[in-house]
Formats: sequence, C-alpha cells, structure tokens
Amino acid sequence: MSTITFMTTEALFLPIAMAAASGLVGCFAVMRRMTLAGDALSHVALPGIGIAIALGINPLLGAVTMLFFGALLVWALEGQARVATETVVGVVFSVALAIGAMMASGEDLIETLFGGAGVLSRGELVFGLAASCVVVAFILTQKDKLVVMLVSSDVAKTAGINVRLLDFLYLETFSLTIALGLRYLGALLMGALIIIPAATAKQLARSLSSMLIVATVVALIATLAGTALAEHLHRGTGPFIVTTAGAIFLLSLLYRRR
Amino acid sequence: MQFIETAAALYQASRKPLAVVRTTSPNALGLKSFLTCSASWRRYREPTFGLGVQHLVTEMGNSMEDQVLQGIRMLAGTQNLKNMLEVADLSVRFENVQPLHGLSFSVARGASLAVIGPNGAGKTILFRAIIGATPFEGTVRWARDARIGYVPQKLDLDRDVPITALDFLATRKTLTALSDTDISRTLELVGIPPKATKTPIGTLSGGQFQRLLIAFALLGKPNVLLLDELTAGVDAPGQRRLNELVARLQRDQGLTVLFISHELSVVYRYAGDVLCIGGSTVHIGPPRVILTPDLLRETYGADVDYHIHDH
Repeated sequence: MSTITFMTTEALFLPIAMAAASGLVGCFAVMRRMTLAGDALSHVALPGIGIAIALGINPLLGAVTMLFFGALLVWALEGQARVATETVVGVVFSVALAIGAMMASGEDLIETLFGGAGVLSRGELVFGLAASCVVVAFILTQKDKLVVMLVSSDVAKTAGINVRLLDFLYLETFSLTIALGLRYLGALLMGALIIIPAATAKQLARSLSSMLIVATVVALIATLAGTALAEHLHRGTGPFIVTTAGAIFLLSLLYRRR
Repeated sequence: MQFIETAAALYQASRKPLAVVRTTSPNALGLKSFLTCSASWRRYREPTFGLGVQHLVTEMGNSMEDQVLQGIRMLAGTQNLKNMLEVADLSVRFENVQPLHGLSFSVARGASLAVIGPNGAGKTILFRAIIGATPFEGTVRWARDARIGYVPQKLDLDRDVPITALDFLATRKTLTALSDTDISRTLELVGIPPKATKTPIGTLSGGQFQRLLIAFALLGKPNVLLLDELTAGVDAPGQRRLNELVARLQRDQGLTVLFISHELSVVYRYAGDVLCIGGSTVHIGPPRVILTPDLLRETYGADVDYHIHDH
C-alpha cells in the first residue's frame, strides 16, 4: 500500500480541500443554529469505525455509514415537532460515543478521537478530495435556496423549494464533511473545525459572500498552521488545528468589540 | 408490471390532466409511494402540483380502480379550477387542540379576502395549511397556474446573521428569471432606500423588514399574495403605503389577495370579503355584513371598536 507523509505537496491538497468544505458547510450550520447537534453528530463516527474494524472492513466506510444514519436521524427528528431534537441528539450521540469507546482502546482510541498520525493512504486521499468537491459544489450551487430556507421555510415552500429534501441533502453534506476530516481531527474535534471558522466569520462578515470567504480562509489558516505545528512537535493534528481556530475566534471577538 | 404501467400512465396524466388511464389492479402501496415521489420532484418546480397529488394520495379509497379514476378527476380539476382557491372541510388537529374545524370557503380570481379573528383563532395555521406547510384533513385546491407570494408573520432567522437585503433578494434569481433592474425596481416600489440594502438584514427596522419580505414575494411574480399581518410594526405612513401598494397591485395586475389583519378599518377598506374565524361559528361575507358590533362581540368575546377612514 502506498503511503504519503503529511506536508508533502500531494498530501497538502487534502487539508486545503477539507478546510474549504468545512468553512462553507459551517456557515449554514451556524446560521441555522445547529452548532450543538452538528458537534454531537461527529461522535457517531466512532462506533462506525469500531464496527468496521471488528468486521474487518475499511474503517472510513464504517464511519461514513454511521454518519449517514446519524444525519438521517437528525432529519427525521426535525420533521416531527413532538420530540425535542436537541435532547434526543444529545443522548443518542453521546451513547454512540460511549459504545465506540468500548470497542477500541489505547493508542487507537486516542487517534480516532483526536486525529491521526502521519500516514495517509491513497484511498483516503482520493475519498477526501472527491468528498470535498461534492460538499463545495453542493454549497455553492444551493446557497441561495439555503438562504431562503433560513429566512423562512414557509416562504421557501411557496417559492417552490422542496424544503424537506433540501434539508436532508444539507444534513448529509454536513455529515460527509465530518467524514472527510476524521483523519486529521478525529471524531471528537471535526465538528469544531466546521463550527469555529463559521462562527468567526459570523462575527466579522457583513454579507453572505464575505461570510463564506472569511470562514473558508479561517478554516484554511487553522488547518495549515495547526498541521505544521503538530508535525513540528510530533503530536496529533486535531488538537492543534482546533486550538488555532479557537485563537482566531477569540481575536475576532476582540476585533468586533472595538 | 401493472404497477409500472399505471405509474407511467399516471405520470402522463399528471402532465396532461385529461389523459385516460386503463388499469386492472396495481399495487396500491407502490402506487402511493410513486405518487409521493413524483409529487416531491414536481413540487421542486410547481408547488401547487404537489398539493394536488398529496390530496389525491390521502383521499384514495380502497378500490384501486376508483382511486385511479378519482386521481385523474382531481388532477383534471386542479387544471380547470374556476376559482383561485377552493377549500373544503379543512381541519387542522394538533395533539390536544383542534384550531380549525371543517372550514370551507373559496376565493375567486382577483378577489381580496381578509381573515380576521382573535389571537389563537388559527389564522396563521390556516395560511400554513393552504400552502401545505402543516398537515391537515380536508381538501385544498389551488388553480393550476397559482403562483403564491407569501409574507409570513414570524421568521426562522436569527437577527445577527451577515445576510444583506440584497443577498436575500438576489436568491430569487435562482428561482425565477430576474434581472438586476427587476430587483431595483421592486425595491423602489416597496420603498426601501438603496442604502439599506447593503447592511445585514438584522439592522433593518421592523417596517423596512416587512417591505423587504413583500419585495421578495413580488419578485416571484405571483398572482396570489398571502399576507400575514403585513403592516405589523410599521409606522402609520408606512402602513398606508404598503396597503395602497397591495390594493394597486390587485387592481392593476389582477392579483388575488388573502390577508390576515387585526386592523378592522383596513379590513373594511380593502377586503372584498371577510372570513371571520375563532367564534362558535365561522362567518364569511362582505365587510358590511361581517364587521357588525354583534358579530364581532360574538367572535372576540368583547366589544370591538374601529374607525372607518373614508377618503
């Protein structure tokens, strides 16, 4: 199996693509107030990876499958007013995390939770790049419809938008974004790379296009600087990327206050 | 195979509402899911088609022959509706309350119907039901060519998002064929100053925000307007301006207007008919008949005063 070390030119494409996808998806997650649900959703990747390893199939496939069903659950809950989505999501996804943690141990667990070591298979690279393209294309082509849905789903409905379908596609796009960042940030931290740059952009931007650009740029800076720092210190990438993003967010708060 | 044939025939029927479908006994469940799917796809472009098929699915009886024939009749009916909207026996039920019960009315093309009633009477729920945003029992039929512009009372949006008025209006371009001139002309029509279009919508005043929503509705080139308390939070000159705007659009472009209002003087002045809900019985009729002290007392449970501005 051919492997590529981090920070070679070829492997740089993936963090860049991942950051762009996270920044764009995150903007709509922050605006539609699914910050917590989004973060918890990333946790279902863990049992998916555990089950895949137990069955001897590709861990990424397990994660993608579980994330797909996780997003489906959020979507189904949003469709009926009877149950409070936040509550169920909080319970189900935390339990998923616990079950996943039971299935793994030691070094492996830390890596799956917080992002991995320095080897990347060609399969992962190809999946990451393809998934990033899908995510970026979805957001850029559907952003207008997503905005109308944000303002009022009733108005969106009368404007001819299939609100439920669009909502489903958005949630699945969100979960795909989590899947493609698992390698670098792990099941616990990937949600943060989606949310923090977008939250920063919400502070700084004054229009939709500037928000999308700022979120992407912040995600890029955090990913590249975090990866370089982790490489330099020979540590896992996830914590460094998220800490960098968090620092930028704090700076944006100071800037906004001025 | 029979199912596929029936499905194909029904698809044809949905495109040409008077086609004849011949069938023996197809799979009822499969047919229902097909109709639901095809409704979802078509709804992407034509909201009213989805409504038509939804009712078809819910109204299907047990015998499949009947179902298919009934379906064609309904689809044909959707096409040839004389009125813009026909509502029959509409009920909305939530867990332990039933805000609307057996409501029937119709709205002619170019008519103006005011919906009045006390808080909690179900006025907004009625609007949400007829656009298909909340489940209901009964029948709602729009004319096939209905294009609805909806101005809601409540928004799903946080006030601090960095979306400008222009961002919001520009989203219409992916839904309707529009030019930048259309947008600027509409902004002028509803009276939003150009400067206000470039700041985040959260910074707009209540009145400007209502104008923005009506601008968005108008950019969809509607022939029906649904206005849920259009002038709430708007200053007096602004109210008059918006009301006059709607009246003018109705007069000049033949728009059908349904509006919810608590301003009985506005209702008196602009409505052709008034639908009064929330009392023990539902009343519908011209303002002179409905807006009487006795009837209002019965509906609102208190005396209601209003002033008629005659100009």
